[in-house]
Amino acid sequence: MGLYAVVAALGFRRYATYRVATAAGVFTNTVFGFVMAYTYMALWDERPHLGGYGVAQAVTFVWMGQSLLAASSILGGGFEQELAERIRKGDVAIDLYRPADLQLWWLASDLGRAAFHLLGRGVAPTAAAAFFFPLTLPDSPVTWLFFLLSVALGVVVSFAIRYLVALTSFWLLDASGIQQITALAGIFFSGMLLPLALFPGRLGDVARVLPWSAMLQIPVDVLLGRHTGGGLAQALAFQAGWAAALLAAGRLVGMFATRKVVVQGG
Amino acid sequence: MSIESSGTAEPSTPSTPSEPSATAGRAACAGATAARGGFIELDGLVKSFTVRRKAGVLRRTKHEVRAVDGISFSVARGEMVGYIGPNGAGKSTTIKMLTGILVPTSGRLTVAGLDPARERTRLARRIGVVFGQRTTLWWDLPLRDSYHLMRRMYRIPDARYRQNLDHCTELLDLGPLMDVPVRQLSLGQRMRGDIAAALLHDPEVLYLDEPTIGLDVVSKAKVREFLRTVNEELGTTVLLTTHDLTDIEQLCERVMVIDHGRLVHDGGLDALHADGGSERTLVVDLERELPPIEVEGARAVRVEGPRQWLAFPASASAAPLVAEIAAEYPLVDLSVREPAIEDVIARMYADRSAL
Repeated sequence: MGLYAVVAALGFRRYATYRVATAAGVFTNTVFGFVMAYTYMALWDERPHLGGYGVAQAVTFVWMGQSLLAASSILGGGFEQELAERIRKGDVAIDLYRPADLQLWWLASDLGRAAFHLLGRGVAPTAAAAFFFPLTLPDSPVTWLFFLLSVALGVVVSFAIRYLVALTSFWLLDASGIQQITALAGIFFSGMLLPLALFPGRLGDVARVLPWSAMLQIPVDVLLGRHTGGGLAQALAFQAGWAAALLAAGRLVGMFATRKVVVQGG
Repeated sequence: MSIESSGTAEPSTPSTPSEPSATAGRAACAGATAARGGFIELDGLVKSFTVRRKAGVLRRTKHEVRAVDGISFSVARGEMVGYIGPNGAGKSTTIKMLTGILVPTSGRLTVAGLDPARERTRLARRIGVVFGQRTTLWWDLPLRDSYHLMRRMYRIPDARYRQNLDHCTELLDLGPLMDVPVRQLSLGQRMRGDIAAALLHDPEVLYLDEPTIGLDVVSKAKVREFLRTVNEELGTTVLLTTHDLTDIEQLCERVMVIDHGRLVHDGGLDALHADGGSERTLVVDLERELPPIEVEGARAVRVEGPRQWLAFPASASAAPLVAEIAAEYPLVDLSVREPAIEDVIARMYADRSAL
């Protein structure tokens, strides 16, 4: 195993250590899933085929949102608060003198965390929901594979945004304001609140091209079979494009930050 | 208040040469060690920060603060050197530049022939760092996992890794701690864990930034013993920053003192005490209240009921003093207090400015 594979494995194990926290997370996701699923059913009862989704698809959208919430870190959190705190207190000095790349190091650890959250907090809510709601889940294993690929790209986009947010600590010392703004943006522009297909006009056009749509809207649409053939390739390319652009931005800001700014503390 | 460092390429930062008066004495000293082959070489190293202070509702004034103000020294391979000074003197800034995580404003700096800031990753494979107040270990996971990561990070060959880990485990008593999550370790245990983590890849240089801070006496002794072994057996070059003069006394033949970003002493510990005219204190408990004790070679500096404090030169032996007092006074108990490093330096610095 290479270094970053070990970092990812440790990232996975770190989160696996806290079983009660995981169970509490699953419980919360499930409760929210029920509340939102009934809300959606009421809405779709009034306006069938809203945004081109049938009611079963809409309910599936809700449960996928709950299942991916932790894995894709849509509300932020995970490594980002830790890194921001390390920058604020100066512990980032330790990360910097290691013979390792700062961004790859944290990306690996976040991928490990995401893998755990996908298993630990993703499977259970949707599995429970399948007993109570009619869900539209694909039969084809190929669709599931593309869905997982799309989720993985979404996690990388999410990481890249949170990495940039954490780096602002080098200048702001307190990144919590920016973290709150990005959490709000995450809820709204990922499609967590309502699928982005429902937003009309300019707002919808803008929401669909922002990076947050790569975190939930696109993976769920892949799962629901709304992207096929060339459309599927385009959707994945859109995610990969944002991932590459945001990672490059993070790398640039990181280089600038570590060369120009003080590492805090004696 | 926001702080920004000025990098090397910053045109606005004037590079002022260090004052000749401050460096003249040291040049000879650095020259002597360079002849033995300097492994760590600093030449007129400067690091300045721009600090913005509030000067009005919206106004901020910029101040340049020189954390390191023209330091030159040379450390030979295999040396164990103490690097001391009061808080804010510039010790940690120097270590950050030596590890390459801060870019010097001006001056030259090489470690093992490399420029730390430019070749940070290459250098990182050859150095070990322990920051006493920070940890490189994974908080939520057992010690063993962090070591496994070190092995990958530094690409340590299997046999070498096992040998080093066994060695550290034995000398630092890590055996029972290996499977305990780091968050459950005591400070002393964690520090031992961190020191082992810094040594698994056989670093040529070890920087220790207050490795005994907050440790109890037993843990301190254990850490010191281990560091001495590492330096003697592996020939690891050690640069030790500390506030505990005992660390220096027990480990380092050479000590460098930094104050206000400048090197004010570079030489033996005895010379430091002589330079600073430092004194030890004999605390004497008598049977009853008595007038200040009068003995040769010491003076009473404080009397409080039956307890008296006697100052005597740090270089003198306490034994004859004790014998004399015990012979002439009703002695109940006594203890010797070492001079505090801050006092030594403060006195030395005051003497320097008086010259």
